[in-house]
Amino acid sequence: MPEELEAVIGLEIHVQLSTRTKMFCGCELSFGDEPNVHTCPICLAHPGVLPVPNEEAIRYALKIGMALGCEIAPRSIFHRKNYFYPDSPKAYQISQYDIPICGEGKLGDIRITRAHLEEDAAKTIHVGESGRIHGSAASLVDFNRGGTPLVEIVTEPDLRDAAEAAEWARLLRETVRQLGVSDVNMEEGSLRVDANVSVRPAGSTELGVKTELKNMNSFRFLQRGIEAELERQRELIGAGGTVEQETLHFDPASGDLTSLRSKEEAHDYRYFPEPDLVAIAPTEAMLQEARESLPELPAARTARYEAELGLDEAQARLLAGDPDQATYFEAVVAAVGKGAEPRVVANWVTGDLTAALRASDDAERPAVKPLADLIAAVASKQVSHAGGKQVLAILVADGDADVAEVIEREGLAQMGGDDGELAGIVAAAIDADPAAAEQIRSGNGKAIGAIVGAVMRETKGRADGGEVNRLIREQLGL
Amino acid sequence: MADLLDLTVAEAAAKIAAGEISADEYGSAWRAAAAADELNAYLWTAEHVDALEPDWNGAGESAPAGEGEATPYGSNTPAPADSGPLAGVPIAIKDIFTTQGIPTTAGSRILEGYRPPYTATAVRKLTAAGAHVLGKTNMDEFAMGSSNENSGYGPVLNPWDRGRVPGGSSGGSAAAVAGGLAPAALGTDTGGSIRQPASLCGIVGLKPTYGAISRFGMIAFASSLDQCGPFTRDVTDAALLLSVMQGVDPLDSTSVGIEGGIELPSREDLAGLRFGVPRELGEATLDAGVRAVFEATVSRIEELGGQIVEITLPHAEHGISAYYVLAPAEASSNLARFDGVRYGLREGGDEDLIEMYERTRSEGFGPEVKRRIMLGTYALSSGYYDAYYGQAQKVRTRIAQDFDTAFADVDFVITPTSPSVAFELGAKTDDPLAMYMNDFFTVPMSLAGIPAIALPAGLAAPEDGGDGAPRLPVGFQIAAPAFAEQKLLEAAHALEGALGFEAAASDAIPWKGGAHA
Repeated sequence: MPEELEAVIGLEIHVQLSTRTKMFCGCELSFGDEPNVHTCPICLAHPGVLPVPNEEAIRYALKIGMALGCEIAPRSIFHRKNYFYPDSPKAYQISQYDIPICGEGKLGDIRITRAHLEEDAAKTIHVGESGRIHGSAASLVDFNRGGTPLVEIVTEPDLRDAAEAAEWARLLRETVRQLGVSDVNMEEGSLRVDANVSVRPAGSTELGVKTELKNMNSFRFLQRGIEAELERQRELIGAGGTVEQETLHFDPASGDLTSLRSKEEAHDYRYFPEPDLVAIAPTEAMLQEARESLPELPAARTARYEAELGLDEAQARLLAGDPDQATYFEAVVAAVGKGAEPRVVANWVTGDLTAALRASDDAERPAVKPLADLIAAVASKQVSHAGGKQVLAILVADGDADVAEVIEREGLAQMGGDDGELAGIVAAAIDADPAAAEQIRSGNGKAIGAIVGAVMRETKGRADGGEVNRLIREQLGL
Repeated sequence: MADLLDLTVAEAAAKIAAGEISADEYGSAWRAAAAADELNAYLWTAEHVDALEPDWNGAGESAPAGEGEATPYGSNTPAPADSGPLAGVPIAIKDIFTTQGIPTTAGSRILEGYRPPYTATAVRKLTAAGAHVLGKTNMDEFAMGSSNENSGYGPVLNPWDRGRVPGGSSGGSAAAVAGGLAPAALGTDTGGSIRQPASLCGIVGLKPTYGAISRFGMIAFASSLDQCGPFTRDVTDAALLLSVMQGVDPLDSTSVGIEGGIELPSREDLAGLRFGVPRELGEATLDAGVRAVFEATVSRIEELGGQIVEITLPHAEHGISAYYVLAPAEASSNLARFDGVRYGLREGGDEDLIEMYERTRSEGFGPEVKRRIMLGTYALSSGYYDAYYGQAQKVRTRIAQDFDTAFADVDFVITPTSPSVAFELGAKTDDPLAMYMNDFFTVPMSLAGIPAIALPAGLAAPEDGGDGAPRLPVGFQIAAPAFAEQKLLEAAHALEGALGFEAAASDAIPWKGGAHA
């Protein structure tokens, strides 16, 4: 019986910042434009040019750092990372090394090691069968992307399975998206998530040999890639083998992982402090501005909904992941007041309302007051839940409709027990289905459904299900 | 004609502004002088402008708007302003500065044919002040050298003795000014590349504080050390050019400029000023003739009321060692961009990209550049970084602290500029270490980032010359605290007047019709 192998996963995330211009020159950022139109002597690394840091990118990095609870370095510096490749016209990338702008932090339960500023590489395409630099017929370079500001976020190896990794990556994406500093689009590459994956005997505190997974351009592929690699490592070790440290490329079409190891990947980056730039020392005003601009982020909002509004975690996270919906939800909660529990409001907003909006093309959410009125009306049994859904459909079409008027006009007011109308309908339904009545009497509780269904059809949903049940049982003498 | 060429830049600019001489006549006289270059001082002069293709980038596009419209030098060269403190003055530019549309090679074959799409800030500031680009001067390849023999385009000859080197790396600029081929020139100084050739050619060379003048458009050798500065016949012209070029540049994050700017110096005495002579100078290896000129100059300082004080720079002797780790380390990174992909020389490429990289760099770079790229790559390598680069940075910090300590007690530190006068062509080409020792007195100031000026102080017979060999110029170096350029120029101006080098050496000075005639 082989020992159980625990997964150990850390992520390295590259976030392309949505500044107007590149990290070290004035060229505009772009996506999908004709090649090599967003270039200048600086980002083409002509002789004699110098980099000048993009202040907006520094502000964005501060926001990301604060959102991730990172310690902000009072004085961080840039380094040169030297390597020869046509995607790097200077033959070095300006990055940060031993003193990043953002130090240790935490998002959810996952510790952040660091987050640093750097510049993106250009895009290279090797034409020919090999697809690699060696043996290619030609290598083409598009410098439009070269120099785009990036924040690289590195986590501690705190994730324990592929699904958790994908879930946490979604939380990170949502967090960064709400800061308004990036498009965080995985398909377009403005969010790129690489995974460091290893396994170790369960309970061990030592780390196994890791592999680095690249090119997983969706959360689904991230999860599948990690799952495939964990399975490979477990099989390998189970068969008595050992994992080799290497970089693996995920192929979305086949789901296969292929090794990128080759001579050209064996790097000594010869890092040294970038002499063309001075240290980044954010002023107190810059820090304050970044701090004050932070919205309430998904993790904090989830915790607040659980603690203060009594939502369960899944519902809280669902709402917190969509700031527009969360804001709307909170307004409805406030308008409903004591009329209904926040949990009930959450069910309406994430359930019935979402379904109603989806069913109706380009519909918008109704105004806060009508929805609050509707929820209160259902909660106080003025209208049944089924009737409430009919009102909701009308509200989605006309967001400012008056709920009381709609209930009245559509005849949806819930039938109470006082006037005897509902009791009469129940009696008629029992008479119409004596077989079911007999089964109920003899203890088959499920048979009550047939009679309830008949009553509901007759009342067009205006009756309260609980009340109908009560009346049936009363009339059958149970 | 000769009268026009005898004027200093400040004199000529004043006469042009006053309408006493014609800017066209003055400019033509200098263009003719530059075109008659026999020293290999120029790689390109304004006379060659007609030979340039107007659509220089080969893609059928002309130069970007705002640059180079209708100038006397053709449509692609930076246009001078009509007025300004340098209106009508032509200036020779070291070929390390980018000049839009004008070939710029940094003395390297790897940039043969390269015509930059933009102009360096220092050059733009000169042209904005009314100056013209007279030509691009020869230099040691990527500013690596002390004799100009490392140029990819042949050595420059010293106008005092054409069998000797002009010094380097800004040898072409120094020879052009000393040889009467330019009224003033721009150079760059990384470890002495302005001061040493100024000394060997008998002119004034100023290395300002690191950050005083923008480095944008200066092709980088060692980014933390490189600084632009002027070659001139006198201290006043050096101040004039510095006043125009200094300042913060939004395109250079390390530029700070000089607070309060620079005015033309007027001081005639040195009363109350303290000059520190490093105690270590006594042990230093230098020619007897150079030592004699240094001591005579010290006496002049005292005659002018200056006080001579012994100081100590205990770590300066390690300057060369630290410099030859730091500068090559930065160079190995700075020169990695010359790969044949985007501009300049491209060799090979039939096989694949790697083969093109290897052939382009093998054939494009000269031996000294290759040596320094290898030294620097090694010094930055994993496992060696702390022992070399890290250690060298510590030495650099110590040297800067030595100067700080000295300047707490004195206003200036004085030394010879170079241990010898100009040496013969080929004398040190086989011995890189002997060549590196040329920078012994200039490197410490570069490492500390402080300003220093080289003044011609006298003549001495070369130790490698035979009996009756003509005497050659000896330089005197004055260093000051960071951004104390005004004070430095005032002191240099006073000393220059007392030394009277121009009058004393008049018969021998090439631009006066001495050796050059």
